[in-house]
Amino acid sequence: MKILVPVKRVLDYNVKARVKADGSGIDLANVKMSMNPFDEIALEEAIRIKEKGNAEEIIAVSIGVQQNQETLRTALAMGADRAILVVATDDVHNDIEPLTVANILAAITLKEGPSLILCGKQAIDNDFNATAQMLSAKLKWSQATFASEIDVKDDIIRVTREVDGGLQTIDAKIPAVVSVDLRLNEPRYASLPNIMKAKRKPLEEINPADLGVEITQRLKVIETKEPDSREAGLILENIDQLVEKIQENVGG
Amino acid sequence: MYDTSSDSKILLDTVQKFMADEIYPHEDRVDKLGYVPDEIGKQIEEKSKEVGLFAANLPEKYGGGGLDYSSMMIVEREYGKTSHALHSWIARPTEILLACNEKQMEEYLYPCVKGDKRELFALTEPDAGSDIMSMKSNAKKEGDDWILNGSKHFISGPCMPDFAIVFAATGEDETPRGKRKRITAFLVDVGIPGFDIQEGTKCISYRGYKNYQLSFNDVRLSADKILGTEGNGLSLSGKWLGMGRIWVGATCCGKAERILDLALDWAAQRKQFGKPIGTFQATGFKLADMKMNLRAADLLVKDAVDRALTGQMMDEDAAIVKIFCSEMLNKVADDTVQIFGGMGLMEEMPIERLWRDSRLERIWDGTSEIQRHIVTRSMLRPLGA
Ligand SMILES: Cc1cc2nc3c(=O)[nH]c(=O)nc-3n(C[C@H](O)[C@H](O)[C@H](O)COP(=O)(O)OP(=O)(O)OC[C@H]3O[C@@H](n4cnc5c(N)ncnc54)[C@H](O)[C@@H]3O)c2cc1C
Repeated sequence: MKILVPVKRVLDYNVKARVKADGSGIDLANVKMSMNPFDEIALEEAIRIKEKGNAEEIIAVSIGVQQNQETLRTALAMGADRAILVVATDDVHNDIEPLTVANILAAITLKEGPSLILCGKQAIDNDFNATAQMLSAKLKWSQATFASEIDVKDDIIRVTREVDGGLQTIDAKIPAVVSVDLRLNEPRYASLPNIMKAKRKPLEEINPADLGVEITQRLKVIETKEPDSREAGLILENIDQLVEKIQENVGG
Repeated sequence: MYDTSSDSKILLDTVQKFMADEIYPHEDRVDKLGYVPDEIGKQIEEKSKEVGLFAANLPEKYGGGGLDYSSMMIVEREYGKTSHALHSWIARPTEILLACNEKQMEEYLYPCVKGDKRELFALTEPDAGSDIMSMKSNAKKEGDDWILNGSKHFISGPCMPDFAIVFAATGEDETPRGKRKRITAFLVDVGIPGFDIQEGTKCISYRGYKNYQLSFNDVRLSADKILGTEGNGLSLSGKWLGMGRIWVGATCCGKAERILDLALDWAAQRKQFGKPIGTFQATGFKLADMKMNLRAADLLVKDAVDRALTGQMMDEDAAIVKIFCSEMLNKVADDTVQIFGGMGLMEEMPIERLWRDSRLERIWDGTSEIQRHIVTRSMLRPLGA
């Protein structure tokens, strides 16, 4: 079986996001970008499935600007076998919408023939949590979202899902689209020998037009704002003062 | 960092993640304890083997990571952000060991690459610091063997080593400048008769990084314990010291970057007279100078690495890097204490620790004065002065 893992290049989770002066979005010029952490988890899971002998090939795909090549190089260094870069825009600030991403991934799926697609449940920049669901609908494949445990057996993938108030275990028939949650695994770092090996792995570059997909943007960002800053706290001397404060605030 | 090739970025990413997971969480505790608990050291060692950072500096054909100098520059710069007490557990066995003959490779080089053995580099003596040629350690030939006597101090490493590379005089040569000691490097195993090794006094820089005192009392060494050839010890050590000084430069840049980030944050957050203190020119200009000098230091390291890659690095190139980077770091650290005010000296902040750690960099691997001497000599000698 082949596994497809889409990986998005996003603002590094350690970097403090700054809103652009004109409020049109987050400033992405000259800041550290990394692989979306949920996608890292998806890729790690794909590598583990392959290591267990349940998959032969892992294909990483990234859709966006030319620089997404870096994200794919990281994926190759972690353990993906080959990579496909879909250059869909030349503007880092142009976020490709979930439906368009799903269309592109569906087209790649038809071309490459994976039977499992492992996605991060959401990208930490726009938090849509939509691509996996849309993709499974496009492909008419089974879907399992928010996986915290995955077990592949023949043509069944058993997924434990994090749902409100507990865990749910479901069996999905392969081919399937699975979106992964935070607690599924801890992604490895690219080891030095694998960084060296990755230099020789293929990275193919294509355009959406090659796949017959048109980039259409349906959503419009009206405004992006910093969250309101928190007011400074108070240091109290003792419990009595604390009780007093609580009464003041709750009572009033 | 200026190197933007994606391979370097992935390497940097791996090192940064490794540091965040395996090193930074222990920094404060180790500094306060004054030693590295064995299990933490071993864990760093094991994890660094898994990710391939262990012995990454040595060629692949000996089992090392095969990183070239420009990759090592990235790695060392990151290590510089933390303490030697911790990052030295990620061994970078000295390149001098590449001078091992085949039998010595089995006994010393390969075990170091695998992490089965640890080495020390023992040059300095109580009465021979900057003035290495005044060393008293000596070895005299007796039959086929050598008998080693003398002592060494300030010989540092993360933990009790398995052997030391010991430099000792094995005779004297007549030169146009007068008599000159012949220095030879010996591989001396810990535990052999006459070789005593003790932990030295505690150092306030890099608390938990150990230094040892070595003493040799009629230590009998067979001729196959000579590393390289008899009398070529200094050219061996010179080769190593050159790159060592570049790595000091790289580590200083890393540490300065870390300190500058802390200073910047504080200057933006801390308010006095109703304004962030960074908006006072006296503070702001310090930050500007830090950034500027760090940039210059980074470029000097890169320049020296480029020279080394093409075999053109000279002693004075390494000396210039060592002076500029270590002094830049000390200025950054000191100004940062100033920007933090009283908080800069409090143990609950990392500033005082980084400031203490920085101080050593102007002393070891040759003091700033000795480095300036090297630069001066390289300029004047050709003029016959
Ligand atoms: C923590 C630590 C770890 C170390 N690890 C090692 C190690 O692993 N292996 C090893 O071999 N060594 C090691 N060293 C030794 C280190 O390299 C020496 O401390 C250093 O070379 C200086 O020697 P010294 O301390 O004897 O100072 P000295 O040589 O006594 O110098 C004292 C002062 O005099 C100045 N001075 C001396 N000569 C001149 C001159 N000609 N012109 C102008 N000024 C001069 C010096 O610059 C310095 O300011 C370590 C030292 C420390 C502190």
